[in-house]
Amino acid sequence: MTEPLLELRGLRKSFGGLVVTDGVSLDLRQGEIHALIGPNGAGKTTLIHQISGTLAPDAGVILFAGRDFTRLSMAKRARAGLARSFQITSIVPAFSALENAALAVQARSGSSFRFFGRANGETALNDQAMEALAEVGLERRAGVPAATLSHGEKRQLELAIALAMRPRVLLLDEPLAGTGAEEAERLMRILGDLRARFGILLIEHDMPAVFALADRISVLAQGRLIATGTPGEIRANAVVRDAYLGEEA
Amino acid sequence: MRWRDAAVPLAIFAALAVAPFIGFGQGYSLTLLSRGMIFGMAAISLSLLVGGGGLISLGHAAMLGVGAYAVVVLDHARITEAWMVVPIAVLAAAGFATLTGAIAIRTSGVHFIMITLAFGQMAFFTASSLSIYGGDDGYTLYGRTTLFGTRALEGRLFFHFTCLALLIGCWALVQALLNSRFGRVLQAARENETRTRAVGFEPYRYRLVAYAIAGAIGGLAGVLLANGTEFVAPSYLTWQRSGDLLFMVILGGVGGPHGALMGALAFILIEDWLAKLTEHWRLIFGPVLILCVFFLRGGIAGVLRRD
Ligand SMILES: Nc1ncnc2c1ncn2[C@@H]1O[C@H](COP(=O)(O)OP(=O)(O)O)[C@@H](O)[C@H]1O
Ligand SMILES: [Mg+2]
Repeated sequence: MTEPLLELRGLRKSFGGLVVTDGVSLDLRQGEIHALIGPNGAGKTTLIHQISGTLAPDAGVILFAGRDFTRLSMAKRARAGLARSFQITSIVPAFSALENAALAVQARSGSSFRFFGRANGETALNDQAMEALAEVGLERRAGVPAATLSHGEKRQLELAIALAMRPRVLLLDEPLAGTGAEEAERLMRILGDLRARFGILLIEHDMPAVFALADRISVLAQGRLIATGTPGEIRANAVVRDAYLGEEA
Repeated sequence: MRWRDAAVPLAIFAALAVAPFIGFGQGYSLTLLSRGMIFGMAAISLSLLVGGGGLISLGHAAMLGVGAYAVVVLDHARITEAWMVVPIAVLAAAGFATLTGAIAIRTSGVHFIMITLAFGQMAFFTASSLSIYGGDDGYTLYGRTTLFGTRALEGRLFFHFTCLALLIGCWALVQALLNSRFGRVLQAARENETRTRAVGFEPYRYRLVAYAIAGAIGGLAGVLLANGTEFVAPSYLTWQRSGDLLFMVILGGVGGPHGALMGALAFILIEDWLAKLTEHWRLIFGPVLILCVFFLRGGIAGVLRRD
């Protein structure tokens, strides 16, 4: 096995008396989709917040390609190759879809302390932004203000922004949430195609999608990892059935 | 849409350029117009913060004050040459903005408004206590800033066109900044700070640089203000003055520097017109401004943009 791209060791976080991340250790390898599942309130989003740098863990270590990232700022992690999408869509509403993606390209290509020259006219930025939009099938909506995109298109844009960062790791928080069946299928196909280029940590409630896509699945319940394994192992795991899957799987 | 962003300000600049020759050439009119242009510059610099960065400063008059008092300090030391005075005043204002901004920008929302107000008041009280420069009473300059040893700035028309040239320069600068890579990050951080961080930017740095640039332009406006009246007093730094500047920006519309320019000109002209009608003009001006905010969504620029 290759060295993990991302490794969490004994991560712990509580809000007041509520322990939301309770000694979580897991790893993510290049080329795999590692799904993180668990009931609402299990602490999945909070875990992504800690990995991406939105929240600081109370204890534990986050290693990215062997480097200690635990105390690094969100922006530095992003520039080092850690991209995330948000459960609640987070885009720049006043910018066009293209500008949203170009902003991400800009963050990794040269200095942004450039005070002259129209950013909108930089073909190098626009071309790469357009590539990212095309990967999620949004190229025909490039010029549209992001605020006026449909919900599903915003989810696609969210993913395109992450891709435009050319990251090594993608942290995706419920990318299929609220999308129609057709859009969900399309996004799933895209994720499957993307697998080889990244390590993807995928939070998703759509169980058929998770079991079809994931190489490994970890199950979180009340802040604690109760199981990690292949889809087959997880499906067969009695504890997981009780805690989460129920009759679904 | 883009041509209109340039068409409106270009029309205003053209009008200001011909105004002295079509009946606004007397001393009173020229003084009023230069005042409008100087506050136009100040409002444009504030619009970079408010419209561009979402940084609602209630202490921007301090930037003009620092620029104006730099002229005073140098005048007192008999240094009046523009190529000394202007860089020193602009750097002083940028330095003041950098120091206070470094602290203020760590906060946001109401806290940012309050802390910029506090720094503004600090500057005001400092100016009031400078007894060698007249304290509360202010300081009358020995003369206007000189240009290569000449007294060219004392010529009314020359001063008018100096203000106009600098105004155009400031407008072009701020417009270019907003369209640049830098401006894109600044505006993204205003709209969605978390997203901006998540793609790899530290908004703080961009905001601080914007704050320093706005301070520098404010300082330049302060130099002109001191020259226009040949007198500088702490009243230039009051929080009411900062409020007026903020009002000009909102009145004109925060969608770009041309909005702030129109807001400033409208503000100065309405103020002058009302003051001539009645001595109780402030009683009318307040409600007029409030009505403008209610009914002119997007400010004057927003109305012009409507199809
Ligand atoms: N900022 C916060 N302050 C207090 N409690 C929080 C905060 N964020 C999340 N929580 C709580 O932490 C728990 C886990 O939330 P979250 O990570 O969003 O779960 P999930 O994404 O698995 O549904 C929930 O009980 C939630 O109410
Ligand atoms: Mg969640």
